[in-house]
Amino acid sequence: MDTQVTNEHDRQEHYLNVDYGIRSWLLTRDHKRIALLYLGSITFMFFLGGIFALVIRLELLTPAGDIVGADTYNKLFTMHGVIMIFFFLIPSIPAVLGNFLVPLMIGARDLAFPRINLASWYIYSLGALFGLWAVFTGGVDTGWTFYAPYSTTASYTKVVPTIVGAFLVGFSSIFTGLNFIVTIHRMRAPGLTWFRLPLFIWAHYATSVIIILGTPVIAITLGLVAVERVFRIGIFDPALGGDPILFQHLFWFYSHPAVYIMILPSMGIISEVITCFSRKRIFGYSFIAVSSLAIALLGFLVWGHHMFVSGQSVYAALIFSVLSFAVAIPSAVKVFNWTATLYKGSISFEAPMVYALGFIGLFTIGGLTGLFLAALGLDVHVHDTYFVVAHFHYIMVGGAIMGYLAGIHFWWPKITGRLYPETLARIAALIVFLGFNLTFFPQFVLGYLGMPRRYYVYPPEFQVLNVMSTAGATILGVGYLLPMLYLTWSLRWGARAGANPWRATGLEWQTPSPPPTYNFATTPLVTEEPYAYPLREAREY
Amino acid sequence: MSQHIVPVRVYVTIFAALMVLTALTVYVATLEHGALSTPIALAIAITKAMLVILYFMHVRYSSGLTQISIATGVLFLLVMIAITMADIVSRGWLGTPGS
Ligand SMILES: [Cu+2]
Repeated sequence: MDTQVTNEHDRQEHYLNVDYGIRSWLLTRDHKRIALLYLGSITFMFFLGGIFALVIRLELLTPAGDIVGADTYNKLFTMHGVIMIFFFLIPSIPAVLGNFLVPLMIGARDLAFPRINLASWYIYSLGALFGLWAVFTGGVDTGWTFYAPYSTTASYTKVVPTIVGAFLVGFSSIFTGLNFIVTIHRMRAPGLTWFRLPLFIWAHYATSVIIILGTPVIAITLGLVAVERVFRIGIFDPALGGDPILFQHLFWFYSHPAVYIMILPSMGIISEVITCFSRKRIFGYSFIAVSSLAIALLGFLVWGHHMFVSGQSVYAALIFSVLSFAVAIPSAVKVFNWTATLYKGSISFEAPMVYALGFIGLFTIGGLTGLFLAALGLDVHVHDTYFVVAHFHYIMVGGAIMGYLAGIHFWWPKITGRLYPETLARIAALIVFLGFNLTFFPQFVLGYLGMPRRYYVYPPEFQVLNVMSTAGATILGVGYLLPMLYLTWSLRWGARAGANPWRATGLEWQTPSPPPTYNFATTPLVTEEPYAYPLREAREY
Repeated sequence: MSQHIVPVRVYVTIFAALMVLTALTVYVATLEHGALSTPIALAIAITKAMLVILYFMHVRYSSGLTQISIATGVLFLLVMIAITMADIVSRGWLGTPGS
């Protein structure tokens, strides 16, 4: 291999060509290669979960149950939720982009625990195998929330394998979060003080804290479900002396913060992209940084807003409602600071920026409708309707996935050394934005009109809005397939990217694309604040 | 990595203490304490957990940052229990509609 004559670019050694073969990937300890292993795994899970979504939308094209029955429909929305949340969204940005970028952005040679990092991917894969086993041997129908006592007593589907899968994947994310926290504390380049860190790092730090504090709770809770189901020990089932609302407390103690595991890394990406393509220093750096931690903290105090109509004490519900409103403050801090960064910026609309601008709009809609749901009276009207479905898809798809796609495009040149086709990418971003809104905006209306979620049939007067939603889903599907195709195409035929195609600040852009195995030839020295873009804050107000 | 060397004697002492406390748990369970039974059992269990965390997990000899990390975990566990209990305690205050 070393004597082979290759073309000029390939002669430069980097993490992709340093060695070849399946073994060099499966035994790698390089955070960049592990990121790509994760990219492959989660992309597969994303398309599997997407197929379930498309079948759901097809079924809802007409009021009658045409293509699946009630039981199959229950399994479809359960497996869509389980796969998208546990196997795609939670690991998506941290395990792929975070894994790749955290060491690069802080000037480190790798994460603090490279072997634990590789182990996390193996544990994820094992969990994913359990999930797939459940899916392909009959599926599971409890909803992704596994509510007891249905999940522990009544369901005759593959509950335990699914739970084991989610449990294992939880441990893989604990490993990732632990690695990030230690790396960010101990391995920053000289001169890189806390308030010089990129906001992407702050976001991942806050995310890691949530992962470490929250994930053990869901693991134990799901374990208790399995224990009650298998050994009939009464924990949640009232017939056995348990408390079903206790399950909801324990479940949502993790699963509300889990929303921030999905959205905070996405917000970190948006901060990087917005400031780069405005060519302007980010507005309110320290407020954005600290608001990530505020979201992480407050996010643990609001879980009961999922339980307003489930028999929870009214007094507890009041407290949860107030605290839920409070989360809007740090979220709004971010949105206002991004828009203030845009103000008098020198804006250009490269594909990552199109996704980022889409994120701001969609996240705002998702966040504000969250306030509707945090209001006790209004929630009684719209709970368990399509209003809720639309709300959390605006956060998780319009927010988290838009941010993920912004990040994948933004750092694609760094990851692969190739540029993606810009025009095609902008068109795809617009298709995603239009398809998304056509899919989910009608669901707000449907929910407001009273269409409940999780039914496979519905009254005929809801059909027009459902047809719009299904049409949007097919457009959205095209919007997701396009990047998959042209990004793969660019691996071979894309133009070579230099070290810094966006003229962006940040240490990751100061090393070649793709980076060498240990990231930097010499450890960088940081002497200035982040985001030293030419334009400063506008002086005239 | 922690450079602190813990003498074997400490491990043996802690292990013995854990065994004594286990025996105590079993003994206390045979007595009649009424409403105090659960608090007593929990107090012994928490003491045992503290011994494991402080000595077997070396937290007593670790850096302040490690200690803060552990304390944060315990704090959030308390938050979870406290708010959940806030629901369970106050659930009956308004009575059950229709009864
Ligand atoms: Cu929530």
